[in-house]
Amino acid sequence: MTAAPPIIELCHVDKYFGPFQALTDINFAVRQGERVVVCGPSGSGKSTMIRCINRLEEHDAGTITVDGILLGDDTKDIRAVRQDVGMVFQQFNLFPHLTVLENLTIGPIRVRKMDKAAAEALGRKYLDRVHIPEQADKFPSQLSGGQQQRVAIARSLCMEPKIMLFDEPTSALDPEMISEVLEAMVELANSGMTMVCVTHEMGFARRVADKMVFMEAGRIVETAPPGEFFTAPKSDRARMFLDQILEH
Amino acid sequence: MARAGKRGLRRVMASTPVSVVIYLIVMFLIVETALKGAEAMGYNWQWYRIPQYFFEDGDAGIVLGEIPWGLVGTITLSTMAFALAVGIGLLVALLRLSDLIVGRAVARVFLEIVRNIPLLVLLYVFYYVFGPIFGMDRYVASVLCLAVFHGALMSEIFRGGIAAVALGQWEAAKSVGMSTAQIYRYIILPQSVRFMLPPMTSEVVNMIKSSAIVSVIAVVELTTVGRNIISDTYLSFEIWFTIAAVYMALTLIISSFASYLERRYAVTD
Repeated sequence: MTAAPPIIELCHVDKYFGPFQALTDINFAVRQGERVVVCGPSGSGKSTMIRCINRLEEHDAGTITVDGILLGDDTKDIRAVRQDVGMVFQQFNLFPHLTVLENLTIGPIRVRKMDKAAAEALGRKYLDRVHIPEQADKFPSQLSGGQQQRVAIARSLCMEPKIMLFDEPTSALDPEMISEVLEAMVELANSGMTMVCVTHEMGFARRVADKMVFMEAGRIVETAPPGEFFTAPKSDRARMFLDQILEH
Repeated sequence: MARAGKRGLRRVMASTPVSVVIYLIVMFLIVETALKGAEAMGYNWQWYRIPQYFFEDGDAGIVLGEIPWGLVGTITLSTMAFALAVGIGLLVALLRLSDLIVGRAVARVFLEIVRNIPLLVLLYVFYYVFGPIFGMDRYVASVLCLAVFHGALMSEIFRGGIAAVALGQWEAAKSVGMSTAQIYRYIILPQSVRFMLPPMTSEVVNMIKSSAIVSVIAVVELTTVGRNIISDTYLSFEIWFTIAAVYMALTLIISSFASYLERRYAVTD
């Protein structure tokens, strides 16, 4: 089992925004079924890194391989990767002109060419999975933030992805709605999904992470199992960061 | 108390009946001035001769007169030009927003050339230059000229409407694996309609009005009909007032249809 090749592999990845270097020599691998939590101060490149994995950002140097596909300029390859990689955004980004169910089925229908009835059955299944089957016919604007984010998770799952990326999924939520979203993520983790989560929710990280990645100033500073990371971080920066966010 | 009185006055002035009365008074004054002026120059009003240009009482019963046919001409011309202009405008906008450097350049050059030539000159170019070269008759030249001119202007409306949709929509659509064409078709364009409707309405109204310019190359439409009737009858005042009223009726109908659409496409996000 340990010999299985990583499903996501970043080698020596650099990324620039104009003159600003956002990522420097990123080496990062995720094995199938692994749950990785990426943390670090804001502006450290966490979001940029996971956005490179489904090429919402283009990297400038190094290689990124996702499920055996080397990410380059080939549009077909990029779309193939995106179909296998679900992404949940901080701002939900639901399609406001479509109902909840249509939000879930548009990917399967248009991209997977599934017929409408099958797609709706799939949509209802995942809506059930995130515990809001009764919201199927509403529009996103009629839902609470927590419900919207759960719809966003279900929308990604409808593509039956191999990997799920979470880009600060609870940062835009009111405090009382965070737990319902985290609960959905924990259930997903327990189902064996490969997950990469950028989040400040350290309680969640302790519960589900197999691996913690700490970033600062565009570099990966530390990679460790959560037990080790939370009790005895090797780097001073990680220790300071943990002190700051855990002292409350 | 004085403040409340002032606010009360403002509310009364803004109410519908008062607005209508003010409107009627203004219109009355304008018409009155025109009539007085015409009287002073000895103009002999002959409004009774106008209805025959709407309905003719011929041998086969009552048939449509010249002005309704002119209106049909204007509507046909504008509809065809509008359909083409939407196609051209969308194409130019998409090229302008594409990753293709050549596409962006072509779109920009097209827009700047067309936008910076007066419509009348453009019409002459289409009719007197492109007409003989490509074997276009005056009608085809007119339709194409209007379509190209307004297509260029519409491309900016499309571009603005597309740009107004939040970037996150692109990212969400990309991350489910949609192609660029699918993203435009299913996600971006349906949401940009509501941003485009108000400027698009003005553009359609503008296009109907500017279609009058094809009367200079004698394509049959409302303005041409007006000119023809006047050259027969010398009823300049009556005919031009009438033609103006017909244009207004047409464009007002379109504006109210557009505000219905705006209400329908109103989305909260």
